[in-house]
Amino acid sequence: MLSLRFAIPTANTLTPPKTKPKPGLVVQTAWNQTDLFPSLPKRYDYKLQAATTDLSVEGDIPAEEVVELPAELRRELMPKHVAVIMDGNGRWARQRGLATSAGHEAGVKALRELIELCCQWGIQVLTVFAFSYENWIRPRVEVDFLMSLFERALKSEVESFSRGGIRISVIGDSTKLPTSLQKLINEVEETTKHNSRLQLIVAVSYSGKYDVVQACRSIAEKAKDGQIQLDDINESLIEQELETNCTEHPYPDLLIRTSGELRVSNFLLWQLAYTELFFAQELWPDFRKDEFVDALSSYQQRQRRYGGRH
Amino acid sequence: MERIRERVIQIYGNLVSLLQKCIFCILSVGPIPNHIAFIMDGNRRFTKKCKLMEGAGHKVGFSALMSMLKYCYEFGVRYVTVYAFSIENFKRSPEEVQSLMDLMLKKIEEILKKQSIVNRYGVRVIFSGNLKLLSEPVRLAAERAMLATAKNSKAVLSICVAYTSTNEIMHAVQESCEEKWDEITLLNSSGAGYGLISLGGYEQDEMDHLIKLTDIEKHMYMAAAPDPDIIIRTSGETRLSNFLLWQSANCYLYSPSVLWPEIGFRQFLWAILNFQQIHFYLDKLRKQS
Repeated sequence: MLSLRFAIPTANTLTPPKTKPKPGLVVQTAWNQTDLFPSLPKRYDYKLQAATTDLSVEGDIPAEEVVELPAELRRELMPKHVAVIMDGNGRWARQRGLATSAGHEAGVKALRELIELCCQWGIQVLTVFAFSYENWIRPRVEVDFLMSLFERALKSEVESFSRGGIRISVIGDSTKLPTSLQKLINEVEETTKHNSRLQLIVAVSYSGKYDVVQACRSIAEKAKDGQIQLDDINESLIEQELETNCTEHPYPDLLIRTSGELRVSNFLLWQLAYTELFFAQELWPDFRKDEFVDALSSYQQRQRRYGGRH
Repeated sequence: MERIRERVIQIYGNLVSLLQKCIFCILSVGPIPNHIAFIMDGNRRFTKKCKLMEGAGHKVGFSALMSMLKYCYEFGVRYVTVYAFSIENFKRSPEEVQSLMDLMLKKIEEILKKQSIVNRYGVRVIFSGNLKLLSEPVRLAAERAMLATAKNSKAVLSICVAYTSTNEIMHAVQESCEEKWDEITLLNSSGAGYGLISLGGYEQDEMDHLIKLTDIEKHMYMAAAPDPDIIIRTSGETRLSNFLLWQSANCYLYSPSVLWPEIGFRQFLWAILNFQQIHFYLDKLRKQS
């Protein structure tokens, strides 16, 4: 009698079945010759970065790349701005009997891979929800670990990001962060501010509602100073005052949330007005290239109408 | 023969309705959502799919809405919100906009009648949105409906017309600024404000308390209703399309692939079951924020 249709599949009903990337992936890098591996994707064989922490991974983000997209994806339909809610680190660690910190470390590795893919595939802005304003109530041990993880990650990645042309911006209420982290963030933002290949926006201690409230307050300030009239308040004025004004494309085209949860959790509320939502069943550390390709191909098949007709 | 057939249909109808009541009884052991919101997407695709006349999809969609409202109110959901018409929809062809406005006018008149669902369940009707953008007859009908049902208190139906969430937030920001401005001016004129405006720069703490989250929230069009527990968008699209962005921070998003005119009891049931599964966790989150 009742059809066992699940509430929402891992993607919407238009997703094609999972396929492996097409063989014959061509990888051309600044350092290697063109390689044609019929079956395996190329592993980057560069010198390891200063592996002082657990975050050492296979290699650098290559400086210049022309990479062929997987077969399902079309370059002209790639989203300009992708946002990600990186949910599921704790559960991933629990499933393997590890401490939560191990889950977060694994999450950083997955994030690094995602950043590389975004660079290669021409996505211009990537926003990640690293730490919500509501997460401050988590156990002190976990919060302290996460803060130190951010510091370590930033310190070890800043050089690689500079080389890779990645610009870092951090949004959120930075007053609650440790002072050393705040200083580091300012330095990193300053160092990378002229990079233009990919803009990585990290939301730390961020809340979508708080973003709107602080935009409202700065508008109120401006009105009080006489810079604007109350009648001038319109949507684009608010947009300019939101924390995402650090980028040219503040509205994400695609939001991916992992671990199967079907909600937005106070992330980028205003900016998500017409964003396509994609809910992935995998936990964040398991969200790799294949799953990202699924999300992108689901996005590319959607018809976006913005309230009008075709 | 005809009478027997009618009798059979009546008995069948009663059985189905009894079964639904039983299911509701069982479900009400678990948490009942307080507020469900619907994005009624897929009317035009339904028209094309069933090869109907232009505009017929919306009419079938309206009866689908009536049955969903019936399920909601019988189950005990107090607040229901529907996304009837977005500000962006004004960009559609003038004929389509006009026919939607005419349909809305007609249906507003209908729901005010005695036997309608509104009176049966004691529903108060609220029209949320920038009503100034509507044409005069529709706006007047909406205001009449709000007045006529203002005394009802068992349940609330919010119909979002000429609504987008960004417009709602912007309007709330504007109103909060105006209200604070008036407050400061009043304080000033009565001498109690210590010349807050003329001083120009006061303490950071005072500045922080100038406009708060609660100030903005109380000026929202949707301030009369709590945050939704479930948002259901039909036709398989997973996006919010500028609907309840502010209020959907911790809300369960359900996206069945049926078109809006095809939605029925089983989708409602499925949404409730899933909601009940994650309810305790979401409730905890909401209390913490």
